[in-house]
Amino acid sequence: MAKPREGLFRTITIGLPYVWLACLFLVPFLIVLKLSFSQIATAMPPYTPTFGDPATWWGAVKQLTIDNYLWIANDSLYFNSYMISLRIALISTFLTFLIGYPLAYGMAQAPQSWKPFLLMLVILPFWTSFLIRVYAWIGILKPEGLLNQFLMFLGLIDQPLIITNTETAIFIGIVYSYLPFMVMPIFANLDRMDRRLLEAAADLGSTPLRSFWTITFPLSFRGVLAGCFLVFIPAVGEFVIPDLLGGSSTLMIGKTLWMEFFNNRDWPVSSAVAIILLLILVLPIVIFQRIQDREAAR
Amino acid sequence: MRQGWTSFNIVSVIVGFSFLYLPIVLLVIYSFNASQLVTVWAGFSTRWYVQLFNNQGLLDAAWVTLRVGVLSATMATVLGTLAAVALTRYTRFRGRVLFTGMVYAPLVMPEVITGLSLLLLFVAIDFDRGFWTVTLAHITFSMCFVAVVVQSKLLSFDRSLEEAAMDLGATPARTFLSITLPVIWPAVAAGWLLAFTLSLDDLVVASFTTGPAATTLPMKIYSAVRLGVTPEINAVCTILIAIVTFGVLLATLLNKRRKVKKARESEVAFG
Repeated sequence: MAKPREGLFRTITIGLPYVWLACLFLVPFLIVLKLSFSQIATAMPPYTPTFGDPATWWGAVKQLTIDNYLWIANDSLYFNSYMISLRIALISTFLTFLIGYPLAYGMAQAPQSWKPFLLMLVILPFWTSFLIRVYAWIGILKPEGLLNQFLMFLGLIDQPLIITNTETAIFIGIVYSYLPFMVMPIFANLDRMDRRLLEAAADLGSTPLRSFWTITFPLSFRGVLAGCFLVFIPAVGEFVIPDLLGGSSTLMIGKTLWMEFFNNRDWPVSSAVAIILLLILVLPIVIFQRIQDREAAR
Repeated sequence: MRQGWTSFNIVSVIVGFSFLYLPIVLLVIYSFNASQLVTVWAGFSTRWYVQLFNNQGLLDAAWVTLRVGVLSATMATVLGTLAAVALTRYTRFRGRVLFTGMVYAPLVMPEVITGLSLLLLFVAIDFDRGFWTVTLAHITFSMCFVAVVVQSKLLSFDRSLEEAAMDLGATPARTFLSITLPVIWPAVAAGWLLAFTLSLDDLVVASFTTGPAATTLPMKIYSAVRLGVTPEINAVCTILIAIVTFGVLLATLLNKRRKVKKARESEVAFG
């Protein structure tokens, strides 16, 4: 008697999220894929072919082309955009690591009773709006902003530094926004490290610095890798930070896609830009997933 | 050898947290600036907050954002919790690999692509864009975050309780409602809060999927920021920061009290 009910609960538990994600994640993705092989048209929707009438499907399939990909390959604008995005994401990830590691290390060394409070301080900005945190930097970095006022007040500079609308501003924005993603996994790794290893090393005459490089850092390396991927992957496709802090001079790929879609209204090319971006991200995502799986298995 | 909190550790923690908090603190301070110029301090004033409440466009956007947030967070929590149960309790079903992939992929998908793909879907099926399309989009990406949060709680869950309930004749649905759900409740609540703040925060996906009728608060802030920094935006941001900080602190405190209460109960029971 319990059998059919059991089946019903199981069907709902699996079926509901399954159907939802299939309709609103998988199907949209397939549409992007299909659209990247379509042509722009002056109609609504502004592309051709459309698969409305099953009778004309074969004719529609024959209209699909790889023109958009050729277009992207032949225009250095897109290539440069991908390269700039990867470079900026890479440098920002490294900078985030340089600031994040000492912070995570300091937190892990803190008195036990402080740790929940420090952890909360790291998590809190993560809950605060991304847009607001990026906006906060505009008031600080712009030519008549607080940083320049402060430096001029100290007499360190005569002329305001131009920071907004440069790559430096993008680095600051990304490091600031993604710092919690770097700190959390490193802290988690350092915090569960066996302290007796360090004591043993000290007993055997190792200096603290040497103990750090031969014991602590290697043991926290998984956390470092996880943190780097958590920063790098979203940074590549970032739109808000380059748009608000980088100005028009720095075209990261997220912004190129946005402009292609909203300003040029070329939906097929934006779809092709999106597909190539995903292909670029597949490798780091797969590596990250491997690390996560191993971490979970531990 | 010193193994405790060295001065280097203390300095790096202080520097790190200053970097994280100084911009937000400055933003809040300058929202109370009397001057129109954001960066010149001209005395304390709450005029920007007063002005805010006369800005009908902004209030409308805030109302839309709040409705989208509550609705999408609630739906995402239901769907995300179900997905987490499916992932942890049913290890074998057809298409499990695809299902797992669909739960994890949105977490790493660039926002611009999520937004673009959903918009293309809504155009393809000729669905009127506005409040509902933004809500559907927000449910879709935030349910995956909820699933991950709830899943980690389910994995640390003592399964023998569930098995005992089933052995005593409870149906799976009953077992879930009276045994599993009360235990994973903090994770479900945290999931809801996460989904709500993700929705409150989202600019990119909403910009793609909305129509002319529904403008969300981040979209309003974004278009205002593009025109320049104004004390009024500082005031909006301060209110949002206050709401989120209050919510997170409240959730943490409730969770702590729960733990203390539980510890006391077990002390009474076994003490």
